[in-house]
Amino acid sequence: MPELLIRNARIMDPFNELDEKMDVMISRGRIAALAKELPVQGRESIQAEGMVLAPGFLEIHAHLREPGKEDAETLESGLESALRGGYTAVCCMPNTDPPLDNAAIVEGIAAKARDLGLADLFPVGCISRRREGSELAEMALMHLSEAHVRAFSDDGSGVADSGLMRRAMEYVQAFDGLLISHAEEAALSRGGQINEGTVSTEMGLKGIPALAEEVMVARDLLLAEETGCRLHLAHLSTARSVRMLREAKERGVRVTAEVTPHHLLLSEMDIAGYDTVFKVNPPLRTPHDVRYLQEALADGTIDAIATDHAPHTIEDKEKEFDYAPFGVVGMESAFPVLYSELVLAGGLDPMRLIALLTSGPARVLGLQPPQYGAGIVEGARADLVIMDVENEWTLDAKRFASKGRNCPFHGRRVKGRIRCTLKNGGVAYRLAEAGSG
Amino acid sequence: MAERRHLLDVDDLDREDMERVLDTARSFSEVLHRPIKKVPSLRGKTVVNLFYESSTRTRMSFEVAAKRLSADVLNFNVSTSSVEKGESFKDTALTLEAMGVDAVVVRHPVAGAPWLLRQWLQAAILNAGDGMHAHPTQALLDLFTMQERLGELQGRTIAFVGDILHSRVARSGIKACRAMGMKVLAVAPPTLLPPVALEGVVTGSDLDDVIPHCDVLYMLRIQMERQKEGRFPSLEEYTRLYQLNMQRLGKARPQVVVMHPGPMNRGVEIAAEVADAPHAAITAQVSAGVAIRMAVLFLLLGGSEGGEKVA
Repeated sequence: MPELLIRNARIMDPFNELDEKMDVMISRGRIAALAKELPVQGRESIQAEGMVLAPGFLEIHAHLREPGKEDAETLESGLESALRGGYTAVCCMPNTDPPLDNAAIVEGIAAKARDLGLADLFPVGCISRRREGSELAEMALMHLSEAHVRAFSDDGSGVADSGLMRRAMEYVQAFDGLLISHAEEAALSRGGQINEGTVSTEMGLKGIPALAEEVMVARDLLLAEETGCRLHLAHLSTARSVRMLREAKERGVRVTAEVTPHHLLLSEMDIAGYDTVFKVNPPLRTPHDVRYLQEALADGTIDAIATDHAPHTIEDKEKEFDYAPFGVVGMESAFPVLYSELVLAGGLDPMRLIALLTSGPARVLGLQPPQYGAGIVEGARADLVIMDVENEWTLDAKRFASKGRNCPFHGRRVKGRIRCTLKNGGVAYRLAEAGSG
Repeated sequence: MAERRHLLDVDDLDREDMERVLDTARSFSEVLHRPIKKVPSLRGKTVVNLFYESSTRTRMSFEVAAKRLSADVLNFNVSTSSVEKGESFKDTALTLEAMGVDAVVVRHPVAGAPWLLRQWLQAAILNAGDGMHAHPTQALLDLFTMQERLGELQGRTIAFVGDILHSRVARSGIKACRAMGMKVLAVAPPTLLPPVALEGVVTGSDLDDVIPHCDVLYMLRIQMERQKEGRFPSLEEYTRLYQLNMQRLGKARPQVVVMHPGPMNRGVEIAAEVADAPHAAITAQVSAGVAIRMAVLFLLLGGSEGGEKVA
C-alpha cells in the first residue's frame, strides 16, 4: 500500500489528549510519523489545511437489519453508511430476524463484515433466547466465539421480567460482560406513537409517557447497583432518566449512558403534519428534556453519542402514523448536525464532541487497542476521519449510502462535513466534489 | 371558505367561516323539508366515501348529503383487518386520484390519515373522523343544533361528559365551541381525561357539581373496550357516577339541551327516559348532520355562490 501524507490538519485526539496542527504520515496501514511539516517527497498527500483529523468514530448503536430485512439495510450498505459518516467501527444491535442470540449467528455476521473490509463490526448479542425475554441466551458462548461479543441487549424492547434481568446481570460478570438496557416498560408505552403530552393530545395520537423509560431506568440502576454488573443505558431521552443516572454514578454504580443526535436536537414540537420520519422510539420529548440532555452532554454525565441508526424502507415509513415503524437513520447526518448545532450554535467544546463519538463509546464498551482506540500516535492503526469544518451544505438523505431515507434532518443546512475516512490506512471514503452540495 | 380546498379539522375555519357554513346549512335544511329533496348544485361531481372504519351513520349522512346535491357517490369500504395485507393507503389514494374524483370523504382509525391523503390527492378532502383526533363535520352540526335550540352561543356553557381522552367528537367539538365564545367544561373519571388539559377547558370529575351550571350537556359514548383496558372498574360504577338520568336532569337548568353523537348506549351514559325527553336534541343532531354536510360539500366543491338558486 502506498504511503499517504495528511498535511496541516488540526489533529484532535481525545485518546491522547492531543489538539495540535501537524502532518501525519501513513504507511502500511499504520501511522508512521507525526510531526510538524513532514517532507512530501512525491508521496500521495491530502491537503487538510483548515480541517480536523480525528480517530475514526465508534457507533455503539446501529440496526443493520441483516439478517432478515435486507431490503431496509445490509451489512454492506450499513457499513458504507458508517464510513461516510466518519465511523470506522460499528456495534450492530441483535434485533434481526432471526435475532443474534447464539454463537453461530454472531460469528457468521462478524465473518461477513470482515470479508467486506469496510468499517469494523462488533455485534451485540441478545440477553434472552430469541429475544423473547423469558430465558437467557448463550451469552458466554457468544463471548467466547470468534465474534467476541462483549455487550448484550434485547434492544427494540425492554427486558420486562426483572428476575431475568437480574440473573443476566449476575451471569455476565463471569466475563465482565456489559448489559445494554433498552429502558421501556411496555405496560406503560403499549400502543403509543409519540411523547405523551401536549402534542400527543393535540394530534390525537396515543402517548408514550416519559415514565415508560424512567420506571425501567430506575429498576435497572437498582439491579446494577445490587449485582455490581456493568450497565449501559441506551438512547436516554428524558430529564428524569438523566438525573437518576447522575445520582447512580455519584453512588458508584458501574453505569454509562448514550444519547442520540435526534433526542439532542429535536423535540415533540418538531413533529409536523403527521410525518412519520419523526416517529422514533423512545419518542422525541419536550424542549425541556432536550435542554437537559444537552447540559448533561456538556457536563460529562452522558458518556457517548450513538445514533440508533434504524433504516426502514420507504413503503414501510410511508404509511398511516400508527402503522409506520419507529426509527430514523443517523450515521451520515450525525457529525454535521452535531457540529452545527452543538459546537457552532451551542458552544460545546469540539474536543468534547469528538470524545463523545470516539473515546466515550470506547469506554462504554471497554474496547482497547488493538480492536479500537489507540488514537493518533506512531504505530497505531490508521483508522481516521478528516472533517471539513468550514464546508456549508444541505443534508440530502436521497444521497446516503444507507438504504434508509428516513432522516429527520433531511434538507437541513449544516456546516461541517466528512471529507475523508481512512480505514487501515486506505481511503475508505472520500467526498467526491470539493464544493458544497 | 371559498378558497379553502379541504376540511380536515375545525381549526381550518375561523368564526366567520363557521358562520358561513352554518348559514348555508340553514338554507339547505329548508330543502330537506320539501317534497322533492334534491337540488342540482353538484351535478357532474363525484364524491367518494373512503371508510376504513365502519360507520353506517356517518357514511349514510354524507351519502344522503351528496345525493341531495345531485353528486355521484361512490362508497369505498376498506376493512381495517385487511389493511396490512391489502393495498397501501397511498395506492388507494392514487387510484382515486386517477379516477378523477372531486372529493374524498375519509374516515380512518389512525389520527392524521386525512393529512396524508392531502399530500397525494388533488381532490377536496373531508375528514369524517380520524382516530381520536378530529371530526369537524360533527362539531359543525353540533353548533348548528345548539344554535337552533339556544340562539346565540356566545357566553353559553357546555359540558362534555365521558370518554374525553379517546373522543374526536370532543376534541373538535371543544375547539368549535370555544371559537363561538362558549365556556367549555370536560367531565370524566381522571383516567378518561387527556394527560394534559385541553386548551381553555375546565376539567373535573364530578358530574353533579357541574350540571346546574350548564346550557348544554354533551354525553359521549362509552366504548365497552375501555373497561377492558382497565380505565374504569365496571360499567355499573361508571353508570352510577356519570350517567345522565332523570334525577340529574332535574338539577339542570330548565332549558338545558342534551346532546349525544350517537350511537347511544341507552342505560349507560344516558338513561332511556332522558334520551326521549324534550331536552334531548339527539335526532335534531342527525338532521343537522345532513344539512351541514351538504353545506360543506357545496362550499368546498365550488358549487355556485347563488344561495338563492339553492333555496
